[in-house]
Amino acid sequence: MKPDDAQVNWVEEPKLGLTGKMYLPLIFSGLAVTTKHLFGPKMTVSFPEQRPEIGNPLIYRGVHRLNKDEQGRVKCVACFLCATACPAHCIDIIAAPSPWPDRDKYCESFTIDELRCIFCGMCEEACPVDAVELTSLFDLTGRSREEMIFDKEKLLSVYDMTKDAEPMKSRVMGASP
Amino acid sequence: MGTVLVDGIEVPVADNERLNGIQAAERAGIDIPHYCWHAGLSVVASCRMCLVEQGTKDPATGKITMIPKVVPACQTPAKDGTVFITNSDKVKQCRAQVEEALLIDHPIDCPICDKAGECRLQDYYFEHGQPERRADIRPFHSPKREMGDTVTLFVDRCVMCTRCVRFTREITGTSELMVTNRGSHEEIDVFPGFPLANKMSGNVVDLCPVGALGDKDFMYQQRVWFMKSHDGICTGCSTGCNIEVEENQDRVYRLKPRENAQVNQWWMCDEGRYGYHHVHAEDRQVGPRRREGDKYVNIEWNTVTAEMKAKLTAAGRIGAVISPHLTIEEAYLLIKYVRSIDPAAVLALGPVPVIGTDERFPNGFTIHAEKAPNRRGIEMLLAHFGGKVLSFVDFQKELDAKTLRAVWVSAGYKKSDWNDETTARKFAGLDVLVVQDLFSSPLWNMATYQLPGGSFAEREGSYVNFQDRLQTAKFAIRPPVGAWVEGQLYWRLLERPGLYQSRKVLTEAAAEVTALHLALGGVPPTGLDLRANQLAGEKKEAATV
Ligand code: SF4
Ligand code: SF4
Ligand code: SF4
Ligand code: SF4
Ligand code: FES
Repeated sequence: MKPDDAQVNWVEEPKLGLTGKMYLPLIFSGLAVTTKHLFGPKMTVSFPEQRPEIGNPLIYRGVHRLNKDEQGRVKCVACFLCATACPAHCIDIIAAPSPWPDRDKYCESFTIDELRCIFCGMCEEACPVDAVELTSLFDLTGRSREEMIFDKEKLLSVYDMTKDAEPMKSRVMGASP
Repeated sequence: MGTVLVDGIEVPVADNERLNGIQAAERAGIDIPHYCWHAGLSVVASCRMCLVEQGTKDPATGKITMIPKVVPACQTPAKDGTVFITNSDKVKQCRAQVEEALLIDHPIDCPICDKAGECRLQDYYFEHGQPERRADIRPFHSPKREMGDTVTLFVDRCVMCTRCVRFTREITGTSELMVTNRGSHEEIDVFPGFPLANKMSGNVVDLCPVGALGDKDFMYQQRVWFMKSHDGICTGCSTGCNIEVEENQDRVYRLKPRENAQVNQWWMCDEGRYGYHHVHAEDRQVGPRRREGDKYVNIEWNTVTAEMKAKLTAAGRIGAVISPHLTIEEAYLLIKYVRSIDPAAVLALGPVPVIGTDERFPNGFTIHAEKAPNRRGIEMLLAHFGGKVLSFVDFQKELDAKTLRAVWVSAGYKKSDWNDETTARKFAGLDVLVVQDLFSSPLWNMATYQLPGGSFAEREGSYVNFQDRLQTAKFAIRPPVGAWVEGQLYWRLLERPGLYQSRKVLTEAAAEVTALHLALGGVPPTGLDLRANQLAGEKKEAATV
């Protein structure tokens, strides 16, 4: 990016007016917001007794899953595009020739380090076959670091767990099957 | 001297040069897209990707007359007065149409294609293709076909450039590949029972502009954009092919030839290409060890550098075996080191494996029987340092005479079979036996010091090939933890500070060794012909006589 790039819109910091310089009016307007919320409806939930409601699970970015095709095989073709897009370098794939006649390449191993992941969703966006997706599961816990490195089996089991509640996004959102 | 006009840029062409439109444009910095043309193969002008407008400039009047149709640049000679236009709307439209025609029946399985990232069809589509695909064809599965032990063909990915076919006809002369069927049913194939089985078969994969020919050794191992490429020299034989070592995170995934008209042109042999697996072999030695009684104890490299000098000095007469796998720089440092401790140290050239006979291909490319990269270089150094210099056979006789008390053996061969029990036994009874190698061998198991060394991908330095051409390789990966590349060890043994600097050592060696004088001015990327130096030396001698 160059400073004289036509696409860059330079914004100046607005100058403080008299009320701003006196501080007190701003402090009171802040307090007014606090007071209003004291009497308004409660936003906090008592997790874990009460579970927060997720607005739109289709765009929520939680734990990953690896989708399966119609024949129950892993959809991933081991193209490494997710690993290429991942800014946290937490996807590790080993590719191999597939054991099926109608497919050439598949992932022999596929691991995501959920502790390293920043849940940005770039992997999902990069995938050309909609194999990796982020579900709305958010409370992921484990007893060790190793447990939080999700391998292929675990990621496929997340799919089995969530496939009814959250169908494959591509279909729902109107993308090609 | 003539002038060719490419998009208004004047390109000077010498009278004896035979350039085509693509080459002339390249000199003007203009890239004409092409699939079927390759500088090392005959011209067929079949892909039509290089279509340009062409005309002639009348030398007398300066008037330019254009041909009304487009012509393939690869087949059009660039002579004095030839005019090429490569950026007109007509040319752009032609390119877009060729791309569209190729993509109509292309599987577009880039996500699973190993060529993705370095594929011409991809690159040219971005540069010259149409934004929309008019034919409504979904990506489909391309059938596979085995061409031989090294190469697989993905039938529908082929753009029928016939580069691979011409390679087997013109370069290797083996003609295994052919085109079957006609028209849109054309396919590359081999005749039943005659697979692609020549010693340069891997080159067809590099030649293929798309992902139709896949290298079985590299198949699905790594996406190309993850790899970094380093200029290296093949150490498979004394040809010294220029190569690129492609690596990701200290793991070599493939070797590719690098163009050098003087040595390997655009090619390399399969033995060299696939001969890198020993670098990552399970049984590679790591961690220096010292013999104590019947056992070996692990020691630190710092201990090695600290105590070596005293041990060697105490032993007395030293002999050093200089491996033809060492670079000039490393060999120079090793000789310096042993001669600094014992000025009368006996030097010997390590065993030079010779397997079979030289194999020459119709186009002149030769795979040499001498399976070591630097015999000539070591010989030059030994000739310079003089003193007692023996062959490996005579060195063993010297051992029988029991005059030597300490021996330093450098190795670095691809396998451990360069010595056997009989050879090893001759080294028995020494006070100090230092062996530097990659793998364990009978000799290794007798050593006082076992010092794991570096492989070709980890070495930095120069080799002198069979035609006395000095070529420099850069290191591509770091050695495994616990191994020290020879250069680094010698550097530290000579008590030089910091990390080994091969360039510095080469300058030093070139200043001292007459045969290497030419290298004083640096080594060009395509190498340095040392014969010029020798000729000059001979002339000087003749003049003084
Ligand atoms: S969500 Fe982002 S950080 Fe996490 S694996 Fe995907 S690309 Fe990487
Ligand atoms: S992008 Fe999709 S298909 Fe490609 S490796 Fe990742 S999950 Fe597999
Ligand atoms: S296989 Fe590759 S090199 Fe051979 S004709 Fe097809 S595209 Fe060209
Ligand atoms: S001909 Fe020799 S130097 Fe060239 S690739 Fe083969 S082994 Fe290596
Ligand atoms: S490169 Fe000229 S027609 Fe193929």
